[in-house]
Amino acid sequence: MTLLRVSGLSISYPGASRPAVSELSFTVNDGESVGIVGESGSGKTQTALAVMGLLPANASVNGSIRLQGEEILGAPAARLNQLRPQKIAIVFQDPKAALNPYLSVGKQLKRIMIAHGIASGRDAVQRSLEMLQRVGLPDPERQYRAYPHQLSGGMRQRALIASALIAEPDLLIADEPTTALDVTIQAQILNLLQELRHASNTALLLITHDLGVIAGNSERTLVLDKGCLLEEGTTRQIFAAPGQERSQALIAAAPRLDAAAQAAPVTVGAMPLLEVDDISVSFRERRGRGRNDLHAVLPLSFNVLPGETVAIVGESGSGKTSLVRAVLGLLAKKTGTVGFLGMALPDIVRKRSNETRRRLQMVFQDPVASLDPAMRVGSIIAEPISVHEPGSKAAQREQRVDEMLGRVGLEHELKARFPHELSGGQAQRVAIARALVMQPKILICDEAVAALDGTVRSDILQLLLDEQTRSSLSLIIITHDLTVVRQMSHRVLVMYLGRICELTTNDRLFRQPRHPYTRALLDAMPLPDPTAARQPPPVSGEAASILRPPSGCVFHPRCLHANDACSKDTPLLEETQDGKVACHRAAELDLS
Amino acid sequence: MSALTALQQLIGQVRGSRVVLISTGILLAIAVVALLGPLFSSHSYLATDLDRRLLAPTLQNGQLFGTDDLGRDLFVRTMMGAQVTLLVAVIASIVSLVIGVLYGATAGFIGGKLDALMMRAVDALYALPFIFLVILLMVVFERSFFLIFVAIGAINWLEMARIVRGQTLSLKEREFVDAARLIGVSSFGIIFRHITPNLLGMVVVYMTLTIPQAILVESFLSFLGLGIQEPQTSLGALVNGGVSQMEQAPWVLLIPAGLLAIVLLCFNFLGDGLRDLTDPRGEMQ
Repeated sequence: MTLLRVSGLSISYPGASRPAVSELSFTVNDGESVGIVGESGSGKTQTALAVMGLLPANASVNGSIRLQGEEILGAPAARLNQLRPQKIAIVFQDPKAALNPYLSVGKQLKRIMIAHGIASGRDAVQRSLEMLQRVGLPDPERQYRAYPHQLSGGMRQRALIASALIAEPDLLIADEPTTALDVTIQAQILNLLQELRHASNTALLLITHDLGVIAGNSERTLVLDKGCLLEEGTTRQIFAAPGQERSQALIAAAPRLDAAAQAAPVTVGAMPLLEVDDISVSFRERRGRGRNDLHAVLPLSFNVLPGETVAIVGESGSGKTSLVRAVLGLLAKKTGTVGFLGMALPDIVRKRSNETRRRLQMVFQDPVASLDPAMRVGSIIAEPISVHEPGSKAAQREQRVDEMLGRVGLEHELKARFPHELSGGQAQRVAIARALVMQPKILICDEAVAALDGTVRSDILQLLLDEQTRSSLSLIIITHDLTVVRQMSHRVLVMYLGRICELTTNDRLFRQPRHPYTRALLDAMPLPDPTAARQPPPVSGEAASILRPPSGCVFHPRCLHANDACSKDTPLLEETQDGKVACHRAAELDLS
Repeated sequence: MSALTALQQLIGQVRGSRVVLISTGILLAIAVVALLGPLFSSHSYLATDLDRRLLAPTLQNGQLFGTDDLGRDLFVRTMMGAQVTLLVAVIASIVSLVIGVLYGATAGFIGGKLDALMMRAVDALYALPFIFLVILLMVVFERSFFLIFVAIGAINWLEMARIVRGQTLSLKEREFVDAARLIGVSSFGIIFRHITPNLLGMVVVYMTLTIPQAILVESFLSFLGLGIQEPQTSLGALVNGGVSQMEQAPWVLLIPAGLLAIVLLCFNFLGDGLRDLTDPRGEMQ
């Protein structure tokens, strides 16, 4: 039976050049899982807000939204408040913003039940505990009393799902529910959503930009683009034979693990450009009176050859960003040396010579934040020239800026723009141009494409590859995304809690990983292939905090293959055929 | 360069705000009349005329605002007073702009011990009872025009330095500052080219909000008899003089007091309007 029928939905805002959503119609049946996919600005979140009755007051909305035959568009607030957790509920991307920071998790659940007359008193407490158990929160009694800030991101998302499902809605809307989470946690949350849905026959409207998430989790899919419905069909049908050119492009741009590696081969036996030796980073944390050292990166070594791309992979808290910030001199290291161009570099970037500084550059995750908001694009790209060639004339700089803009594929007119007037992709190109104008030998990209949409993302990666062939630039790519690793890298460094798990070549990483954590990362990647069999999440639990690292091998509490030795002895990083691995059982396990 | 472009951006936004436009217009009009008005009057701010004391405002003889208890022309004196009051506003803003912004930006950017030292110095100055300080200055030095500005300037930059330091602390953690460090820009260059232009919006707003404070402080000092000395005058001194004639000749009090109120209101509206414009949350509307 049809649960939700949206017809002719249009949403527009005063002053916007085009409607946020135009003439959108779709249905969701009882117990069905429908995906809405599109890039940012496609109107997918606006649609969800419209269904929830949560659009801002200045939005003008037309059309009709019927829930079990009842018109809910423009329904009075009192009616919507009845419907909201009992018939429809929503899970947002950012659980931190969606949970009330002043109430414990249990109280929030209890309040919902009391407000809707579902249960009260002991009964409500009992039901809340059951719900927390169902969403897989360990030790529900404790989480019941915990405040949102005391939970990790994944646990908060579970708590939010619990509060959405406590009133047993018929339709659950999940708006980018896993975008802010690590891949292994994403796999767990997606699995949880599917389990809960099947257990209570709840329909799911899953909104995401990630085609991998859609492929494995929805039966039917709507593809949105710029507020319009591009196409609609079963997920298999859409992936197998997308009808529209635009959705073909979207699907083609979807990152996949089985793609060919694209980095050009590196000269074997060349002298390393960058040699990082026994580097470690720790932060001093004050706790009450005592002091505590947080070891973000434990002593580790690696090198980068000319023209080589080294990817550093790991989930949040793995120390990958601290590691490169220490290499760049933006963060004081505790031990170790950084050798670059045959010299040992001073610790702090301020003390480094201009010549070494310009050869080691970085591109940041948030392109807009990495550009000075008060400067125009032209001056942003010209600044390095005036720093390194103080005698240069304005006309010369201008010419170099034009040249750089052309090289990164931007129009010259953009010179007069401010960073906030650029799109994410344009801003990232400007940031790349600013780095390239110094003719660096090594470019460090810290999640440089994580904030970008599919097609823009692959363009930026292509730009980096082109630059690499052009000037034999070395890249260090920090990412949590294995598809980027596959496409870009020669060698890969897998990090977990500040330690190297595995150092290997691109090919071997995907063909024959040696470390169970690497295997787990590979398995957790949602593939844009709806025909692939659904697999249970590859690891349970969450990464330990670097405040209290587990004994022995730090990965052992989550490892499927751990034995007694793993919890006692710290594994050493041992040489393998073409890399290194730190696992007691590496020799006996076959993880390919 | 970039400070200019940031200012241009702000000016561009100002065009859209009626409150800002109207209050700027009124302030400019007052400034022009205060500067040029006395030139067109046949009266002098000094000349006393005991036969024409406490005259009501009249068109006759060009004495638009009447005369005070010594028979001096009130229009010319009010305009003189407005000049002094606006001068206080200008000086106060220059002092808080130059000293406050550079001091705060340096402390915030360099951080560590220097920051602690610089900010404790600000705290120490803050802790001095202001009126006591002024009286002390008056006793030690001669009463002078200049001393008033020193006193007002001395307190005005403190708050600005604190606010700028706070903003700098958050700005220097931003990625574009890291990017500038990697490029090889010197610390001074980062403060000057990257931090200061980004503080500008906030600084302009804050400045327009501190100007009324400075004007009030000057009026207060003049009212106590510690400020501007006769025959020179300011709006605050005129209000002080007007109080004693309140019953016989209310205009001697009301005219300068009204003008002072208009100037203060305009600066406050201007500050509020600019704050709304530069507040990113304002963009939602």
